[in-house]
Amino acid sequence: MASSISETNFEESKRIKRRKTGDELRDPDTIDRTRWRSESEQRIYSTKLFEAIRQVRRNSSPVNKVSSGRDIQDAADRVLAVAAKGRTRWSRAILASRLRLRLAHNNKKHKKARVAKVTGSIRSKMPEKKRFIPALQRKVKVLSRLVPGCRKVSFPNLLEETTDYISALEMQVRAMTALTELLTGSPVDRLASTSVS
Amino acid sequence: MSSRRSRQSGTSRITDDQIIELVSKLRQFVPEIRNRRSDKVPASKVLQETCNYIRSLHREVDDLSQRLSQLLATIDADSEEASIIRSLIAQ
Repeated sequence: MASSISETNFEESKRIKRRKTGDELRDPDTIDRTRWRSESEQRIYSTKLFEAIRQVRRNSSPVNKVSSGRDIQDAADRVLAVAAKGRTRWSRAILASRLRLRLAHNNKKHKKARVAKVTGSIRSKMPEKKRFIPALQRKVKVLSRLVPGCRKVSFPNLLEETTDYISALEMQVRAMTALTELLTGSPVDRLASTSVS
Repeated sequence: MSSRRSRQSGTSRITDDQIIELVSKLRQFVPEIRNRRSDKVPASKVLQETCNYIRSLHREVDDLSQRLSQLLATIDADSEEASIIRSLIAQ
């Protein structure tokens, strides 16, 4: 798993450099509104997810084969975040927090000096605190906690991250549902009553 | 809501109209609200439904993860079955 983490970091830094030099438009309307909905994206995700799950099962100890699903969820989130290709804050936050956990774990094991925190977040603008009435402000705060890495993000950016995060989560659910149906050979009852296709 | 402009920073002045527009865009992503009449949904409702929706998606992923972990417990990582499954996914 170490190699995949370093590979992710390398890819991330490559992309971040590219973003600085290119003049990438951040127009919310064009930013990948349809990208999470394409079939090929979902297929690629499903394949990578399956490979990641197999990796997890190979790496886990024989005693620990029966996990509670946490391993699967972590793998699913990681593959989702990588699929976002570093363009969104929530995806970078997912990958950065995993890296931080890994560093903390390694530090405990090897008793090294404390490594500087890898937050992976770019300095953001001040939140618009005075603009909202308290009820709205509370809800914005709750929302900012639900979307990874978005606690101190300005309101417009938060909404942009939210929309992308929701689309990505929907794809994740579709892909995992399809994978489950493939394995059980029968349709799966969705928890939510509304469809996300 | 008044229409005062923000005094906080020079570069990011967000007007109330912008906020309303952003929230209305967010509406399109939340299935609960998408199907209702567009003008009558207040911002707080949109935000609330958005939070609820994200939480429900998290729960679904959690549930599916548990199921997958049980289903895959019986499949050996390097077996024939695994290759078959992978080829089925890639179709």
